[in-house]
Amino acid sequence: MEKNNEIVMSVQGLSKVFKSGILNPEYTVAAKDISFDIEKGKIISLIGESGSGKTTVGKLILKLIKLSEGEIIYKGKNISEIEDKEETKEYYRRVQGIFQDPFATFNPLYRVDRVFDMIFDSFELGFEDKDQAIRDALYDVNLNPDRTLGKFPHQLSGGQLQRLLIARALLMDVDVLIADELISMLDASTRIGVLNLLVESCKKHGMAVIFITHDLNLGYYISDKSLIMYKGRLVERGDTKKIYENATHPYTQMLFEAVPEIGERWDPDEEFLPEQVVKDVKEFYQENEGKGFVEIEEDHSVLFSDK
Amino acid sequence: MFKDFWSKHENIYYALTNKKVIFGLTIVALVFMLAAFGPMLTPYEYGEYAGEGYLPPSGDHFFGTTIDGRDVFTRTVYGLRSTLLVGAIAGTVATLVGCIIGFLAGYYGGSIFDELLMMLTNIFVVIPQLALLIVIAAFLEVRGVIIMAFIVSLTAWPWTARAVRSQTLSLKNQEYVSLSRISALSVGRILREDIASNMFSYVFMVFIQQFNGTMLATVQLEFLGLGPTKGISLGLVMQNAVNWNGIQLGMWWWAIIPGLILTILITALYFVNTGLDAAFNPRLREM
Repeated sequence: MEKNNEIVMSVQGLSKVFKSGILNPEYTVAAKDISFDIEKGKIISLIGESGSGKTTVGKLILKLIKLSEGEIIYKGKNISEIEDKEETKEYYRRVQGIFQDPFATFNPLYRVDRVFDMIFDSFELGFEDKDQAIRDALYDVNLNPDRTLGKFPHQLSGGQLQRLLIARALLMDVDVLIADELISMLDASTRIGVLNLLVESCKKHGMAVIFITHDLNLGYYISDKSLIMYKGRLVERGDTKKIYENATHPYTQMLFEAVPEIGERWDPDEEFLPEQVVKDVKEFYQENEGKGFVEIEEDHSVLFSDK
Repeated sequence: MFKDFWSKHENIYYALTNKKVIFGLTIVALVFMLAAFGPMLTPYEYGEYAGEGYLPPSGDHFFGTTIDGRDVFTRTVYGLRSTLLVGAIAGTVATLVGCIIGFLAGYYGGSIFDELLMMLTNIFVVIPQLALLIVIAAFLEVRGVIIMAFIVSLTAWPWTARAVRSQTLSLKNQEYVSLSRISALSVGRILREDIASNMFSYVFMVFIQQFNGTMLATVQLEFLGLGPTKGISLGLVMQNAVNWNGIQLGMWWWAIIPGLILTILITALYFVNTGLDAAFNPRLREM
């Protein structure tokens, strides 16, 4: 693999703590000390269980929530310093996201066309014919424009809404795309098609994609780099192949054991205890106390202890 | 040109073609017309002795006369005017106060400001409404229609504030607001298109319900004898009927007719309410 790839965005020491309540504040650490680089045209998958802070990282990059510590550098500029209207616009012109829940992403009072109207209103996308561009993008994601445009969100299925959002992202031709649980709503037959379309777009336009997912198979299929998150910490980072071949952190190992395989049926005698992982991770941290985040081989780092 | 107007304001189109809305609005319009033009149809004043007492409805006295010979129709239409006025004023005040407090609390959700506003609201929620109204009304020696409206709206706003707050809280965290933000929409446009428009139909319906609720609360107070000390209202007509044993004496027209008009009006407003719900919410539209 080539080194010295062009880095479009760099995330350094990112932390986010949520505070709730005033008289007795309760603090929730959603993400702690997360660092990684996003390279041009590369696909990164961010893998972790529900509540591990994956979506929070995505939202931080999209500037939807304020970060508590650390910085995100995009084109040499700290994004939390972007406050000016024009600059924000410029940022969103190049950094976009697709959210987890397609039903919630559409304002129920408006027809679905609004998501396209908004980007054409805000940005200079450089298409001669707006309608034709939208139709082409819809055909690309396997949707029939005549049967989707002009509909209300509740009249379409989750998969169709999801693909409308993908079409929207493709129209924008961005540098960084945050795709949160992108294909969870798509049926098996269109899944591969849409994935390939995205990969193709990455390679052609140099778009970097962060796939936020809990699906290891998908991560392996698509990504160049993987980030494994557990309880708000980045526990393993590096080249996808290296992580998959040499999973070191106990949580990552557990993830691999938990993947169901075709041709293998569920075994009632096999015990699977989620609590076991918590214990394993604790022991692992104790054994390696003081080591911290270490690069164990080229382009593969593991968190050995949480202090 | 008309086509343009309808395609821009399709909500209005759906509202005006909804059967429930048409039905409800027609009845509401009739009741309002009765209040507006009724006094012109009668030669009497509402306090005046119009003739013989104890008369059932007839061509001379549309709704009959009271035991001491006052015209029930005259009393009802004048009473309807003041009851509608109270409903409109109290409904508007309660909706406005509730919306302002609720929106501010929701917008600054989680802050100390929110906490204080909600503390105030909760205090008002737990005070028993009728008891407070009786106490306040009993202390005021002279009570006009407007004063009545303010007394009633004092206890009517809290649930609106709570509902509007939670609505604002949930709306501002919707993912479509996030999508609008990453589409670089201006704050004004997000507030207008994503938050206000999702709330508008709700606020409109809150107003109708407040109108209903405050009108009923006023009639309740009047029925208990705590109504305006001057003037006439539907509740007063009914209270008189009960005080004079109108029902026991078989004078059904005295108490039933004013009560029936009120019931019909409130039912019609509920029809408008549910119909508008369907018109404003595309998910409930029949398509």
